[in-house]
Amino acid sequence: MQTESKEPVTQKRFIDLFEKNRAFLSANDTPGLNVTRVKAMASFAKLGFPDTSMESWRLTSLEESFERGYDYHLQPMEEVDVQKVFRCNIPHLDTAVIGQLNGWYVSKDVPLMELGNGIIMGSLAEARKKYPQLIEKYFGTIADDTNDGFTALNTAFTQDGVFIYVPDNVKSPKPVQLINVIHHDENLFLQSRNLIIVGSNAMLSLVHCDDSYNHQASFSNVVTEVHLGEHGAMDHYKLQNLNNNSTLISSVFFRMAASASLDSHYLSLNGGLLRNNIRVLFNGPNGNASIYGLYLMDRKQHVDNNLFIDHAYPGCTSSETFKGILDEHARAIFNGHVLVRRDAAKTDARQSNKNILLTDTARVNSKPFLEIYNDDVKCSHGSTTGQLDQESMFYLRQRGIGEETARMLLMFAFADEIVARIAIPQLRQRIEDMVKKRLQGELQICEQCVLHCSTPEHPIEFQIDLGKI
Amino acid sequence: MLLQIKNLHAGIHGKEILRGVNLDVDKGEIHAIMGPNGTGKSTLASVIAGREVFDVTAGEILYKGKDLKKLSIEDRAREGIFLGFQYPVEIPGVSITNFMRTAVNEVRKFKGLDPLPGGEFLRLMEEKKRLVEITSNLTNRSVNEGFSGGEKKKNEIFQMAMLEPMLAILDETDSGLDIDALRIVANGVNKLRRPDNAFVVITHYQRLLDYIVPDFVHVLFEGRIVKSGGKELALELEEKGYDWIKKEQK
Repeated sequence: MQTESKEPVTQKRFIDLFEKNRAFLSANDTPGLNVTRVKAMASFAKLGFPDTSMESWRLTSLEESFERGYDYHLQPMEEVDVQKVFRCNIPHLDTAVIGQLNGWYVSKDVPLMELGNGIIMGSLAEARKKYPQLIEKYFGTIADDTNDGFTALNTAFTQDGVFIYVPDNVKSPKPVQLINVIHHDENLFLQSRNLIIVGSNAMLSLVHCDDSYNHQASFSNVVTEVHLGEHGAMDHYKLQNLNNNSTLISSVFFRMAASASLDSHYLSLNGGLLRNNIRVLFNGPNGNASIYGLYLMDRKQHVDNNLFIDHAYPGCTSSETFKGILDEHARAIFNGHVLVRRDAAKTDARQSNKNILLTDTARVNSKPFLEIYNDDVKCSHGSTTGQLDQESMFYLRQRGIGEETARMLLMFAFADEIVARIAIPQLRQRIEDMVKKRLQGELQICEQCVLHCSTPEHPIEFQIDLGKI
Repeated sequence: MLLQIKNLHAGIHGKEILRGVNLDVDKGEIHAIMGPNGTGKSTLASVIAGREVFDVTAGEILYKGKDLKKLSIEDRAREGIFLGFQYPVEIPGVSITNFMRTAVNEVRKFKGLDPLPGGEFLRLMEEKKRLVEITSNLTNRSVNEGFSGGEKKKNEIFQMAMLEPMLAILDETDSGLDIDALRIVANGVNKLRRPDNAFVVITHYQRLLDYIVPDFVHVLFEGRIVKSGGKELALELEEKGYDWIKKEQK
């Protein structure tokens, strides 16, 4: 049985499913990989799914999401017209595009691209067949299966996802855009697994988009493992624009060798329930990780950014800069846990979370958290939540700027601190447009997501030249 | 008459601050409002601008014959009322250029005019920057963010020059200024003076009035204008101090 339909998400369902399909799931496993899979399943059997009795899930209840009932497929469901689904990428942005539909790599004829400079990218399922040693060396070693049921489940059911390998000393000549689209006529539970290896002195810029095309409910459990070699660098963008019936559990694990450098940006524009688990392990000295987040939520949308940065080695720098604007009944949770271990002298760690609440019914729970076991460190954290500044509103309106425009101007200025950090100019422009539309309530999850630029942008009645703010 | 204030009572959180202000300002005039601290000078300015935290409990303000009560903050501004802030607000992330372009074009839209083309707008900015002797690249910075006291006040006059109001109320624009900045600010006002506009200059000290010569001087005390006169009243106040007024009131 390779399709299960309309059932609620329960631990038992997945344990049974695993037992029944064990041979099918493991068909292409190396012995080592199979051990990882079986261990992960044992872990899931022990852990189950998280619930609100657990501290890190206290404020994010999945009950409603679980009960909806979803189809789950163990193989791709249909032939896909690639051109139709992935119509185009960001205008003028010269990227290598790889796509996933409902968690499956969309390959057409070439499941794995091997570029002249040694870069490999494409389907993880294909890479497992073609480069078993390489996969075995990294797969499951970065994501921790032992204390998170979702990650354990994902590892146990791993089949496909995206694989990117940038060899030592190679700098990816253009950004890679990974597009993950959900489009189906039934409620869908999906899992995909991504593995990204950036070698020593190598560089990768990755734009990772999660989009949905229709309003069908979905539940995604996506795990991404990222290895950065010594002096390796990665510029990472996670863009989320999903419908209000979608639940996304995204777990990204970064493991950073000595002097590796990471800039990661989480831009959440829409989604029913978004949980971003962001894990950074400094696995050598002198690394640097800057994590930025922007979330713009309304209606009953829920976003939970859960960070854990592990300073296990000395001389590493980390920053968490998260900002959010919440309207109507939206809810945001920020947990920024930074652990500075005893040996991690000369650590520099900063945490900041700022929120604007537009209504009395929007809510934020912010918990910057530093756990420090070394005296020779520089650490700071701060959190603010408030309304739009009334002094500023009066000032802008006194110059003849209408109330709505003044609000937009202040909200955009607030968001722009994060948007301005986007290093790819065309992407920054695109995100500025999307943020602007989002704040004006005009961003659609279907037609105006990053993919769909075939219809030219409608000019917006908005006198502010955002490029110059 | 450009501005007529009749028996204006206003306050905040139930506390009355203005207790029957009467004031007429006509086109081409400069009025100075003086008085000790805490007598309602800034409240008067805020109430004219429409600041919502203040409640008008009695009386009325007519501007160009229209009751201001019915107009929003932005519509008052679009009709030509400008308030130079005593403490200009810092707005991180909003550049002065975009702030002013948005403001100028919203005012133009209100008047049924097309937005100013980019090139023309930038030329206007340059011209008005010269007027207040702004030489630095102030305009690409966020509004007032990290500005010195003098820069903030020059920026207020610059905005006034951009918007060309009919009625400009300058709330203690001279406070915190050194003599050079004071001269520049005053010079800006004098250059913007026209037969069809008017200025209300709120000040604590006579000093500013050496540079901006008022047609009328009023003393606001305990929420009322208790004395009005020509520019010589300012000199008298400078000499005798406000105690004289206080005694006279008792």
